[in-house]
Amino acid sequence: MPFQQHPLANGLQVIAEVDPCALSLAVGFFVKTGSRDETAAEAGVSHFLEHMVFKGTPKRSAEDVNREFDELGAHYNAFTSEESTVYYASLLPEHQAEAIELLADILRPSLRTEDFDMEKKVILEEIEMYLDQPPYGMDDHVKRLAFGEHPIASSVLGTAESVGALTPEAMRAYFDRRYSPGNVVLAAAGNVDFDALVSQAEAACSGWSPAEAPREAPPAIVTPRREAVVQENATQQYALILGGAPSGLSDDRYAAKLLATILGDDASSRLYWRLVDSGLAESASLGHYDYQGVGMFYTWLSGEPDDLEANLALVEETLASAVNEPPTEEELSQAKSKIKSRVVLGSERPRSRLFHLGGGWQMRGDYRSLEEELRRLDAVTTDDLLRVATEHPLDRSAVVTVGPRTDIRL
Amino acid sequence: MTLRNTSQDALSTDRRARVHRLANGLSIIGEPAGGFQSAAFSLMLPAGCRYDPADRLGLANFTCEMALRGAGDRDNRQLMNDLDALGVERGESVGLSHTSFWVSTLGDNLPAALAIFADIARRPRLPEEELEAGRQVCLQELRGAEDDPSQKLMHELRLRHYGRPYGLHSGGLAEHVAAMTIDDVRGFQTRHYQPHEAILAVAGAFDWDAFCEQAETLFGDWASQGPAEESPAAAGEGNGHLEFDSSQAHVGIAYPSTPYSHDDYFQAWGANGVLSSGMSSRLFTEVREKRGLCYTVYASLQTQKDRAAVFCYAGTTAERAQETLDVTHAELLRLAEGVTAGELARLKARMKSALIMQQESTHARAGVLARDWRHLGRVRPLAEVNELVDAVTADTINDYLRRNPPGDFTIVTLGPEELRLS
Repeated sequence: MPFQQHPLANGLQVIAEVDPCALSLAVGFFVKTGSRDETAAEAGVSHFLEHMVFKGTPKRSAEDVNREFDELGAHYNAFTSEESTVYYASLLPEHQAEAIELLADILRPSLRTEDFDMEKKVILEEIEMYLDQPPYGMDDHVKRLAFGEHPIASSVLGTAESVGALTPEAMRAYFDRRYSPGNVVLAAAGNVDFDALVSQAEAACSGWSPAEAPREAPPAIVTPRREAVVQENATQQYALILGGAPSGLSDDRYAAKLLATILGDDASSRLYWRLVDSGLAESASLGHYDYQGVGMFYTWLSGEPDDLEANLALVEETLASAVNEPPTEEELSQAKSKIKSRVVLGSERPRSRLFHLGGGWQMRGDYRSLEEELRRLDAVTTDDLLRVATEHPLDRSAVVTVGPRTDIRL
Repeated sequence: MTLRNTSQDALSTDRRARVHRLANGLSIIGEPAGGFQSAAFSLMLPAGCRYDPADRLGLANFTCEMALRGAGDRDNRQLMNDLDALGVERGESVGLSHTSFWVSTLGDNLPAALAIFADIARRPRLPEEELEAGRQVCLQELRGAEDDPSQKLMHELRLRHYGRPYGLHSGGLAEHVAAMTIDDVRGFQTRHYQPHEAILAVAGAFDWDAFCEQAETLFGDWASQGPAEESPAAAGEGNGHLEFDSSQAHVGIAYPSTPYSHDDYFQAWGANGVLSSGMSSRLFTEVREKRGLCYTVYASLQTQKDRAAVFCYAGTTAERAQETLDVTHAELLRLAEGVTAGELARLKARMKSALIMQQESTHARAGVLARDWRHLGRVRPLAEVNELVDAVTADTINDYLRRNPPGDFTIVTLGPEELRLS
């Protein structure tokens, strides 16, 4: 699947992984901005802005935007994370030109005050909706506990207070600062006409003015603090455990993914066998999340409130086993087979390739083919796993528990 | 809308579905397709929760949980290890009529994966020493659902709309699950894990003849138990309210619709699409975009073999819940006034690209094959689906809506206060 790239003069990158045999194509604008790029007064603005991008442009009303996407038969959406905001669509190849024109147009939204006021209500509803689902909000809480004032610990949604206080002027200023063409990648995967993509991008985006969009990347240090939060109307008791891990820029991220799979995949991992298969906990899993300059090992536990202490002790014992009883060759080989199979099965759809392509480029500024990803996974040894577990001790993590229990001492 | 270029070719590509029926009743439906490394299958056994005894609600689900704890000559752990070693992506679900196991894997590993699932279906160990662990897993699931108000609401809405058994959800009742014995589980497995009305649907990179030959070897001598009896049906209780202490209210509305096997299905599908498919659809526009009442609002057409209903959901803050219910209800009533050609054109564009993109996933395709066989007793070729979609017009939908205006609503709310239609 040939990789192609072409930078526009204003800094916007156009990249694609072309597969002429694919039936569809997926295309997305990856903007390198998220909650880590916000000031405290702007908390939640990246995500709010993501909603506002669909509210219209000088040439289109909000209704036009939704109607035209639907007319193209596009399956489209957007999301915001700590460090990126992505607008994407899957569609049939014959609509490539219209889709690029439409996506590029909405990336220069009008940000009208009346739309801002209406959409603020939707965002506040979204925040309320999550608050109704314990242990929502605790992921932000545990990030803050673990990473303190580091920007990666900022909340993506923000709070009802921070979003309520946002002004259209603050959002416009944020937009001007972050949606600079040099901070944007236009990525496409599948049945893409690359030459046409470049001219479509030139036509639609070359008028975007460049601006500096630096990102703060202070070193991240994990503080292993603990806290118990009472949420009376929850049925289950939850615990979230957050520790440091290899970052997205580190070659150790392959070993970190494998280690997390061995210890905490949601099927047949060490945590699964000890806590889930036995019915001791509703769920117990560990994932590796990677960001620019920061990585996280994130463990999630839920179960009956009275079982919390016993389950938490078992989880911590299992996490510590990464060093005390290092993973065996057999465990490593099974984890490799699991991940490789997921990667290969996922790669059959252009949309999964798009996120791999755009995300990787935004994170590291390079392209890695499927084959190379598999090769790097294959090269990981049990020594690498032990080294990563030693360098990022899983028992030095922040812990938050939330649920109906009022008597928990951690 | 007429499709052009590559997509038209994709629809006409010869991916003919084939059918092979075993003497014992198991139907194999397959669609081999080039260009894939993967293959996917779905094994559906006629062991859904409609067969749960009235005092053992949740038994089908408990049995499914136990069936994965060792099968054939593999114990629990060996079974999972072997599936992992094959790089199998898998899942299982217990629905109203069937317990389904699905698998995606590299085409080369398909035969080994199928052999393991033949053991799970036919020779599960159902070990008594793991009964308590399995029970706890089922109870944990039920407790977890309590912390998800929208899920809780939709379970209640289905039950109140359809009654029993059609509105049952497979998790059952905690007190019933607590009382189940290993004999209950083994009895259910023996009676319902059987080839009569079972379906094995497969798509992607595989050889049809070799697959059928292997299936004959694995399943050919499996004895049929014949059709199973189910508990007597009872009507749903209708409107209701669940008291829930929170700042949000959740609104559910259900009304009868047209099942997949009915000639009018695509009209019902089109009407529902205008209501809720895409961001230019009516509910999204009226409830979320124009009024900012909620983040999530949808209406989804769910079909069983001989009945169907639209289930509509909106979640909102308690103060705005009454307005959300009123606006949503008004949109359902307004649907009877008809849809426009523009709304329909957008819907058809989305449908056609969805049809083509479905071709890029062996998992999705196996699911469609199984559904077609179950509901229609045959597989609709893509070209025929395409023609059926083409034949839907604003006039045909409006004619359908004149004959079937949304009505007979079941309304269930969950939140601090009961709501009423104003």
